[in-house]
Amino acid sequence: MERVEVAAAPNGVANSRQRWKYLDKMLTRSGPFSDPDTNFGDPVIQILESRKILVIGAGGLGCEILKNLALSGFKDIHVIDMDTIDVSNLNRQFLFRQADVGRPKAEVAAEFVENRVKGVKITPYCGKIQDKDDDYYRQFHIVVCGLDSIEARRWINATLVGLVDDNADSLKPLIDGGTEGFKGQAKVILPTLTSCIECQLDMHAPRPAVPLCTLATIPRQPQHCIEWAHIMAWEEERKDDILDTDDPEHITWLYQKALKRAQEFNISGVTYSMTQGVVKNIIPAIASTNAIVAASCCNEAFKIVTSTNPFLGDGNNYMMYTGDDSVYTYTWEHLKLDDCPVCGNLAKELEVGRDATLEELVAGFADRPDSQLKKPSIRSEAKSLYIQFPPGLEEATRPNLSKKLSELVEDGEEIAVTDPAFQIAFKYKIKFTS
Amino acid sequence: MLKLWSMKQKQQEVDNNAPGGRKKKVTAAQLRVQKDLSELSLGSTMKTEFPDPDDILNFNLTIEPDEGMYKGGRFTFSFAINQNFPHDPPKVLCKQKIYHPNIDLEGKVCLNILREDWKPVLNLNAVIVGMQFLFLEPNASDPLNKTAAEDLKSNREGFKRNVRTTMAGGSVKGESFERVLK
Ligand SMILES: [Zn+2]
Repeated sequence: MERVEVAAAPNGVANSRQRWKYLDKMLTRSGPFSDPDTNFGDPVIQILESRKILVIGAGGLGCEILKNLALSGFKDIHVIDMDTIDVSNLNRQFLFRQADVGRPKAEVAAEFVENRVKGVKITPYCGKIQDKDDDYYRQFHIVVCGLDSIEARRWINATLVGLVDDNADSLKPLIDGGTEGFKGQAKVILPTLTSCIECQLDMHAPRPAVPLCTLATIPRQPQHCIEWAHIMAWEEERKDDILDTDDPEHITWLYQKALKRAQEFNISGVTYSMTQGVVKNIIPAIASTNAIVAASCCNEAFKIVTSTNPFLGDGNNYMMYTGDDSVYTYTWEHLKLDDCPVCGNLAKELEVGRDATLEELVAGFADRPDSQLKKPSIRSEAKSLYIQFPPGLEEATRPNLSKKLSELVEDGEEIAVTDPAFQIAFKYKIKFTS
Repeated sequence: MLKLWSMKQKQQEVDNNAPGGRKKKVTAAQLRVQKDLSELSLGSTMKTEFPDPDDILNFNLTIEPDEGMYKGGRFTFSFAINQNFPHDPPKVLCKQKIYHPNIDLEGKVCLNILREDWKPVLNLNAVIVGMQFLFLEPNASDPLNKTAAEDLKSNREGFKRNVRTTMAGGSVKGESFERVLK
């Protein structure tokens, strides 16, 4: 029998660092930009392998990020994603195969990378980031986001800002990648120290929308007809059905409505897949953009953990990339906003007597040297405690003034206070004294 | 270079000492709406009403124009604001069936800053000012109710009469409307 020489597997036990030989060139010796106080070699390798890193999103960016982190030497990776695999993901979400369609993305991605890179542990969670509490997020050292939703970004941002206390470990760098077609950005947020997602809200321009009247009266493009079917025809004719963009019957209905309208206005080009794209708000994802942005994010994670090079976030914190009009990147410092509702003012502990009334608390705010609020409005997440504007709301919340604080908020609950004299909101964590 | 963690520090186990880990925090959207509400100039022609005062993201706005063709009417709009505000604009619907070129029979409102021109720097006051303007200067060139728009364009006086008829609960061109007079 002929024998074929098989090369030693890169994961072979004999030379366990063989796979990491290029990485080791950075990890085992200092360089011109590396941190002078770091002991390169085993101590750094050990830190890299023990850091717990959370990846949010296992889609186009997430697949790249998981692969890159595993191949950068991270060993303890967690991943959250609420979606299941759709056949349309397979062209770029390369950790998934035809047979995986319908299975949770986080689970399949974790299995795939664990199989390919021996020794890495990937813990999947199939669900929403909002399912998890502060204790869950507190266990990580770094969070990397590859999300397509601003809302989810804002949520994790506020959560990480809220975790920061006096302990240095409570500061979890948030590395956020985003792509839209040929454009993308990677940024590093050091919660409470540098500009956060909320500070940067103006950078995420809302998707340009077509005026309603254009849709209603003078559609000019096939997309206008689909949008019309989506937001006008559906509500008029199928008001009682909740539109499910994953239901083929619903998409078919919209498609046929749009097609008919397009014919009336002599517009061509309405197709089923365009209908799906417009209704689900799909921007064509470009695999190369995902790869570039994910690579940048993972580079930052690696540099933060290993001190091998200065990282984004200390000074310059925002890198943008454009690939449709030649190739261009630009990196700059996005400044933290003083009046940012999330990172501008952190919650301070406020000791109050359990029997104190809300009215006493309101009066107290006028006297506090750090606030001196003359007309404060106060709320908790669940309740409008006392809101002074507009008049109708003041009237509705006035009866709360005579109530005891312990009837209105729980011990440890956060309240937010705004006042017309201040741009910024004040946050307090109520602590009852008995 | 900024150092995030001391390298010597051992990996810490999950710290369970922090109190209130599970408590919900006031969201950025709630904070922003609370601030926006304090900056509303409602004047004498507008009123807000909160069906659930604890939920400031959903409320009704009543406009009672004191001049223009819609004078004497009382128009109610629902505002629904989601947790992605101010990235997403508020959703505004007219709760009555009215005859207006920029408001369709389902209550949808065609106002640029509620859709294509919305920016996170705009606030709720900008929206209500725009809504008020709709009743002072209905705009026939951006129609949502085509019949009303053509009516306004071709015969302003006739349109005015039709507005009065519909506000009193009458019908125009076979369509009946809701009585909205004070
Ligand atoms: Zn901020």
